[in-house]
Amino acid sequence: MVVPLEHVIILSGLLFSIGVMGVLFRRNVIIIFMSIELMLNAVNLALVGFSRYHNNVDGQVFVFLVMTLAAAEVSVGLAIIVALFRNRQTVNINEMNLMKN
Amino acid sequence: MIGLIPFFPLLGFLINGLGGKRISERMSGIIASVVVGLSFIVAITLFGEFLKIGTPLEQTLFTWIAVGKFTVSFSYVLDSLSLVMVLVITGVGLLIHIFSIGYMKGDPGIQRYFSYLNLFTFMMLTLVMSDNFLAMFLGWEGVGLCSYLLIGFWFEDPVKAAAGKKAFIVNRIGDFGFLLAMFLIFSRFGSLKFMDVLIPQQIAQIPIEIVTAITLLLFLGATGKSAQIPLHIWLPDAMAGPTPVSALIHAATMVTAGVYLIARCGILFAASEITMSVIAVIGILTAFFAATIALTETDIKKVLAYSTISQLGFMFAAVGVGAFAAGIFHLMTHAFFKGLLFLAAGSVIHGMSGEQNMLKMGGLKQKMPTTYWTMLAGVAAISGLPLLSGFFSKDEILWNVYSSQFGGNILFGIGLFTAAMTAFYMFRLFFMTFHGDRRWSKEVSPHESPKIMTIPLIMLAVLSVVGGFIGIPESWGGHNFFHQFLQKSTQDATGYITHQYSSGLLLSENILMILSIVAAIGGLLLAYRFYVQRPDIPGKISKSLSIAYKLVSGKYFIDELYGLLFVRPLRNGSELFLKKFDISVIDGIANGSGKVMLVLGNKLRRIQTGVMQNYAAVIFLGVISIIFYLYLK
Repeated sequence: MVVPLEHVIILSGLLFSIGVMGVLFRRNVIIIFMSIELMLNAVNLALVGFSRYHNNVDGQVFVFLVMTLAAAEVSVGLAIIVALFRNRQTVNINEMNLMKN
Repeated sequence: MIGLIPFFPLLGFLINGLGGKRISERMSGIIASVVVGLSFIVAITLFGEFLKIGTPLEQTLFTWIAVGKFTVSFSYVLDSLSLVMVLVITGVGLLIHIFSIGYMKGDPGIQRYFSYLNLFTFMMLTLVMSDNFLAMFLGWEGVGLCSYLLIGFWFEDPVKAAAGKKAFIVNRIGDFGFLLAMFLIFSRFGSLKFMDVLIPQQIAQIPIEIVTAITLLLFLGATGKSAQIPLHIWLPDAMAGPTPVSALIHAATMVTAGVYLIARCGILFAASEITMSVIAVIGILTAFFAATIALTETDIKKVLAYSTISQLGFMFAAVGVGAFAAGIFHLMTHAFFKGLLFLAAGSVIHGMSGEQNMLKMGGLKQKMPTTYWTMLAGVAAISGLPLLSGFFSKDEILWNVYSSQFGGNILFGIGLFTAAMTAFYMFRLFFMTFHGDRRWSKEVSPHESPKIMTIPLIMLAVLSVVGGFIGIPESWGGHNFFHQFLQKSTQDATGYITHQYSSGLLLSENILMILSIVAAIGGLLLAYRFYVQRPDIPGKISKSLSIAYKLVSGKYFIDELYGLLFVRPLRNGSELFLKKFDISVIDGIANGSGKVMLVLGNKLRRIQTGVMQNYAAVIFLGVISIIFYLYLK
């Protein structure tokens, strides 16, 4: 059974929107981080869907690239979060307003 | 080879200027004198060469400016006119440099002094040796700068610093005329080279009004530099500088630059009758009025300053009636005897520990014999006593004023009377200083100056006595070497002047000579009667002629007049402008723009919350609006 392209786009859009909402409104840094991953994977999904539709593997190759990048990003990001937590004993983003001043 | 003449003083300037205190006091004087001496030797060598080959020597150093068809090269040229000037500048300059070693001994700024003096020599040589107007203007401004620096040499004294500023600012007025004249010359002739401009056929093609304008503007420049009416006011104040500076810059060389300029451009000036008449009249008037002021002055240097203005007036009268060679001849003899007089006055001031007021001198003959005798030579020469240098040159001028078409009986009469006054005030200075009662206070102990100062005095005295013999008038059957030497530079100019020698002249040159001898001796005897035999007479005369006396001793109140006409309105206008416009409008704009930014920044600061999610939201909204925009398009 072939999944129609519209379904893939709608699912991808929904996942991306959930990710955006998570980034904008959640207070826990780890959740925000997960939301970012969600957005990346939503994009991956769209890429794979289009790749199938056009019979072109370029999109799937690009997905691999994004996945490796995401893995690297996660390792660095988590390390930053751990360091932050050690320093400030919190993962609440409202208390991380060092950019002011 | 020619370039070496100005090069040596430049080198001396650099050594003394950069070395500063690292050079010992004695060494700096020696360096400064040696470099000028080297220039003098080179100049003498080239003089011999010039006599042999007879054509001007040239050397182009580099192309200075090249813009479109406007090119100016930096090149030096030596013809007979500039050779005379170079020999005077380096020769008299050398003696004054040596004199300075003694005079300035112990001054803390002596290295600075000698570096300025060398820079001045360099600039003056550039002025007289350049082959175009622009390089000449460079020298012209350069000597003005050095004059300013040296007048204000003791700048801790605000009066002296102000005198330097006054000289500089008054000179600017003249320089403005010089600049305008250069613009006109370039727009009409297409070149600033003397060789392209000073050609009779070229000048004949230019409308006479333009030539008159150019020459009058150049003359304005000359009046500034050479302290002629109406720009003569700076020179008496310039006496604030060290006395050797007055001798070198304000007597022998720089102030004669205006005469040189007119003699150099003689062909151009002779083409305009109006300009020539103006120059002759201004020259004689300056000679007359400056001489009257010198009659009552009691500061020894001020007398010499007014005397210099007066003698420069004679030179201008000479070039104004077309007697360029006579003007340059007087320039040269004046450099000898006025340089000598200033140095002798410097020697007196030195011996009197800085006293310049003649009322506090008197009876110095026994105390400083060398100064006495050398000064006597200078005073006799400037008064025009027979066979001394001033006699020949001044008579030649008076004769030319009398016989030329631009001159006439009236100008000659004023000139002769001025010559008599010259003899009077110079001998007045001499008698007041060296004869009569000893009026100095007990603390001062006058003494003769050291050898390093008296030897230059003696050499200049010899020159003042014999210097006139290179220009013995032709009516004496001699042949005038100086005229023939200068002929190459001035003959084209004199071609324009048609002397009215034979017709309508009542007096011959020899009779004129007798008249001027009578005038000189009359002045001398009158001074002797007034200041040696009957010292009570001058006071009585000044009382009976109190209005005239006040007018003359107040220098005709020209400084006050200029103050009222120009300085006060300018100052008041500036202050008004400062209050009404500068503070409110200009400062308002500057401060206002600052205030606007401050307010704006305060408002915009609120956006920067520091909360990361706000930023992310803004980015997200931005992306959405871009997508909408693209979609709607």
